[in-house]
Amino acid sequence: MKKLLYIIATILILNSCNKSINDQSLAYPVLNPKKNDANAGMWKPIMLSAPDQVMVPAPGAAAGPDYTTQINEIKSFQANLNDEGKKNISYWGAGAVLRWNEITRELVAKYNLPPVNSPDGTYPFPDANNPLAYPLFPFANPPYAARAYAYISAACFDALVACYHYKKLYNRAAPYVANTTVDALLPKTDLPSYPSEDATVAGVMWEMMKLLFPGEQAYVQNLIQEHMDARIASGANVRSDLEAGYALGRSIAIKFATRARTDRAGASAGTPAIWKQMESATIARGEIPWLSLEFPARPAMLPLFGRVQPWLFDSAILISIRPPAPPSTSSEKFKKELEEVYQFSKNPTREQIRVAQFWADGVSTYTPPGHWNAIAANVFVPMQMSEVRWARNLALLNMALMDASIACWDTKYLYFNPRPGQMDKRIKTVVGVPNFPSYTSGHSTFSGAAATVLSHIVSDKTDDFMQMANEASLSRLYGAIHYRSDCDEGLACGMRVGNFAVKRAVTDGAGN
Amino acid sequence: MEKSFSGIIILFIFLGGFDQLYGQSDQDALMMKNNEFCTGFMYQHSGWDHYWEGSIKRDNQNIGTLKTQMVSYMGMYGITNKLNAFVTLPYVKISSNVGEWKEQQGVQDISAWLKYWIVDKKGEKGRFGLFGLAGISTPVTNYNIDMLPYSIGLGSTNLSGRIMADYQRGRWFATGSATYILRSNVELDRNSYYTTQMQYTNEIRMPHATQWMLRAGYRYKGWIAEAIADNWTTQGGHDITRNNMPFVSNRMEATRLGANFKWEDGMVKGLSLLTGGSFTLTGRNIGQASTFYGGIVYLFNVSSKSSSSGSSKIK
Repeated sequence: MKKLLYIIATILILNSCNKSINDQSLAYPVLNPKKNDANAGMWKPIMLSAPDQVMVPAPGAAAGPDYTTQINEIKSFQANLNDEGKKNISYWGAGAVLRWNEITRELVAKYNLPPVNSPDGTYPFPDANNPLAYPLFPFANPPYAARAYAYISAACFDALVACYHYKKLYNRAAPYVANTTVDALLPKTDLPSYPSEDATVAGVMWEMMKLLFPGEQAYVQNLIQEHMDARIASGANVRSDLEAGYALGRSIAIKFATRARTDRAGASAGTPAIWKQMESATIARGEIPWLSLEFPARPAMLPLFGRVQPWLFDSAILISIRPPAPPSTSSEKFKKELEEVYQFSKNPTREQIRVAQFWADGVSTYTPPGHWNAIAANVFVPMQMSEVRWARNLALLNMALMDASIACWDTKYLYFNPRPGQMDKRIKTVVGVPNFPSYTSGHSTFSGAAATVLSHIVSDKTDDFMQMANEASLSRLYGAIHYRSDCDEGLACGMRVGNFAVKRAVTDGAGN
Repeated sequence: MEKSFSGIIILFIFLGGFDQLYGQSDQDALMMKNNEFCTGFMYQHSGWDHYWEGSIKRDNQNIGTLKTQMVSYMGMYGITNKLNAFVTLPYVKISSNVGEWKEQQGVQDISAWLKYWIVDKKGEKGRFGLFGLAGISTPVTNYNIDMLPYSIGLGSTNLSGRIMADYQRGRWFATGSATYILRSNVELDRNSYYTTQMQYTNEIRMPHATQWMLRAGYRYKGWIAEAIADNWTTQGGHDITRNNMPFVSNRMEATRLGANFKWEDGMVKGLSLLTGGSFTLTGRNIGQASTFYGGIVYLFNVSSKSSSSGSSKIK
């Protein structure tokens, strides 16, 4: 009996030690930029015609009764600071652009679920005007996600260029400089505090999230409140810094939201007539058209996403960088490639399954573009960059990723190529089969673009990024859902797209 | 009376996941004698075509019917008359009749139990027994846990503590047990996942679990026929969201009814045949499985003094 009790006691002790998990994101250090990029107001914005296109009024004097009231607000926050409040300061202190990028990834993962079919075998479409009725709006699939990351990142960048312009123009010192009785609970900076870069980002997020995740407004408002409170409590901003930044961020984001409403993404689901036409055009070319492998057959994902307006080039260039036609479904080369997929499907090694799953980024994940944002964030965090440089680098990455999805979707629906599992019923997979044509691989295109952009930004990690892109690309072959041509041509096209972002990077004034 | 406390019967239970084998363990109130050794194999078949997505019961035309087949090795040993040890090792294969997912198979989790007979009270009309059990199970192979319902296991190392009471009167008996299962963290092949929030790690905190079980029936001279009811509930975890895939740390619940039969072959001393089945009545984030099994075990005495195999104690 005693023995048994000892055993049970040992078991309880052993087990209690091992329940915490190490979330990487919660371990990010507080941001303390090596360079504050005070002249970023001169960097080239994406949509703004000039950094002062949106007017920000001059701040009040950093003295006098109004300012004293604002200083007292900070003091009252600091006097009542509990552990929760301290945790918020360091959480948001890791960086506004970083944290809101993570929040975007979280919402993408939450909404990345294909709707279930109706009893009659059709599929309902999410409705932006009724986002919380099932099926929830949006279905944050890879193209939707790429577009969300791009708009948010691009809008953050333009808004921060404007913000830094006004910082330099008005040159208002941080509260802990203006009033030495205020504690600085985050690293001190010489960067002027008006308008607040954190509030600028928050203002952008409010406008962009209303558009992209309209059912999450309460969640987003709570986070904005927490973020702004953390800024006041940290002593880094007075209330008027935040108000000016928030208004600036919103105004600039509205310009991006206006672009988003007319970028043709809204029509990218197409119509049954268009779907049918894509199928018959393929048959007319003598090729076997793609068929949904789902039961009941699900309409292909966003067939007209290839017509969405890109960031980095126009439609003529889009056609010029388009991959060549895939091997004909009746060719020897096709048969050989199909056989190769079957061999991977037949006896995948544990390592191949690991690679396939590591890069799968399927339902309920932040998608491949989100994965590359996560990779970028982990590389950027130790670099300790200013908020505006964070925004610039993520804008370059995400504009390339969205344009990569446009280029890839354009290719997919032009050739309308069947998946390996459609052509050989023996082929079964260890990842989900995406519900759209095979050629080219989206993962490969995304990865080629992302690795190219990141290699420019962090050139000493080029080998790492290229190795990751190759692995991500091959993972689709291991998963038995893509032919080798899909992967190779996707990767190459992605790199072509990425080079347009690099071209922008070398001329945007940020240097590298 | 004494005789009925020797011998062995096994209930294979499907718990923990979509037909996830929780471990066959020892769920009964029977004890083996000092130096008795029992070894055998079991085949089990389980299938479902409906499952609970949270509380919504549904089918899935991209899965059709999910089938789990399992062959298990079992070994049991009477360390003393009051302390028994058990080991099982299953090979599991999971496949479905439609859909694009590849069948998964492999050696799953080894489990080992110690069972101690704490109280043995003979009254005028019946006999009461109290037992304490401790068990451990852990994956033997590095199978992938991120393909549910096709993954062959949940990947956690589990430590279980169980208390069991048994009452026998004449040839009729009833047994009740309660179990608490501590489950270790598990690891994915990817470095982030979404539950009800984003997690940037490959590590997953598994909710612990509880189980209760009631069994009652007829037990005489190595013959057993019994009805079983049990329930498994995780202490936490999240529901599968609409049309999502199941996840390893989901909240999982199952209430099942089943029956077991065992008979001893009179021709070969020590040889027993086992069969039985169960059906999931209600559940959450698991499949509504129907399960059948059959097995054969051979019991003999390993002590050199007593060479008579199939010791006459099994009756």
